[in-house]
Amino acid sequence: MDPVKIIEIKKSVFANNDTDAENLRKELKTKGVFLLNLMSSPGSGKTTTLIRTIGLLKDRLRMAVMEADIDSDVDAIKIKEATGIESIQLHTGGMCHLDAEMTRQGLDNVSMDRLDLVILENVGNLVCPAEFDTGAVANAMILSVPEGTDKPLKYPLMFSICDVVIINKMDVLPYFDFDLEKCTEYIHMRNPKARVIPICAKTGEGVDAFADWLLEKVQDWKQQ
Amino acid sequence: MHELGIVFYIIRDVKQAALEHAVSKVSGVVMNIGEVSTIIPGYLKDCWRWAADKEELLKGAELKINTIPAVTYCEDCHAEYGTVAHGKICPHCGSEHTYLLRGNEVEIKEIEVPNN
Repeated sequence: MDPVKIIEIKKSVFANNDTDAENLRKELKTKGVFLLNLMSSPGSGKTTTLIRTIGLLKDRLRMAVMEADIDSDVDAIKIKEATGIESIQLHTGGMCHLDAEMTRQGLDNVSMDRLDLVILENVGNLVCPAEFDTGAVANAMILSVPEGTDKPLKYPLMFSICDVVIINKMDVLPYFDFDLEKCTEYIHMRNPKARVIPICAKTGEGVDAFADWLLEKVQDWKQQ
Repeated sequence: MHELGIVFYIIRDVKQAALEHAVSKVSGVVMNIGEVSTIIPGYLKDCWRWAADKEELLKGAELKINTIPAVTYCEDCHAEYGTVAHGKICPHCGSEHTYLLRGNEVEIKEIEVPNN
């Protein structure tokens, strides 16, 4: 007799998460709630961009924000103070990303029945969040000018799963060797469908284009 | 970077499989890991050791890794080539119209159970 018995599994480690994410999307559809997963590296301006975007959409959509970080609640407080909308902080317990189950637990803590849009600010990281479907209806990411033109080449998965890529900190363009045209070309090489929107979250320039994109997506989702 | 998180997923799935097969002890877990899956095998094994030893079912169980070479397909010249060596651009015709055929697997292949 063999010393060990083999039990064949042949199953992706992500399979359960993909099923959870699909179920979550179905539930969001039934409830008419749009979930946006916003990703970027740390310090690219996710929170500032969100505050600007919320300011533009506040009168048209009922919104909440879920902030995911390894620790602290500075982002949730910042959003609440700046915009007045419902904002909760999720701690990932050391994990570098959120998965569909953690997202679901977060959603249990916001007033889903009274909302049109929930924005999930994922952990600042260009690698891991791209691997885990959160159950979001759309994925957005921010790349800021100081990070450099070549990021779509270095983090291909992140760029390939995003519906929209926001290029932030356009105001500092004169001080960096950032080539917007080249960067857009690299993004489209990974993902021909990605919409590229240059903005400056600090001054608010260009944020309306992102807000319009988001508003249209939310309205489509609720009407379909 | 996210190897520990992956290990927690593996443990959850192995526990589930053990339950389904009425197994109380696992001596090994065999993984298929693609070359471009972003998983670093050494880190995965280190994280596994730390986390698996906390579980009665998996104490001392070895994590074995099969590496799946990454292969990209060119839509223009229909060639297949090694992804790690050549990346996104086809080395045969220079086309960018390529996609990954295999090599991003993070898959539990099988689990080994002591036969007694």
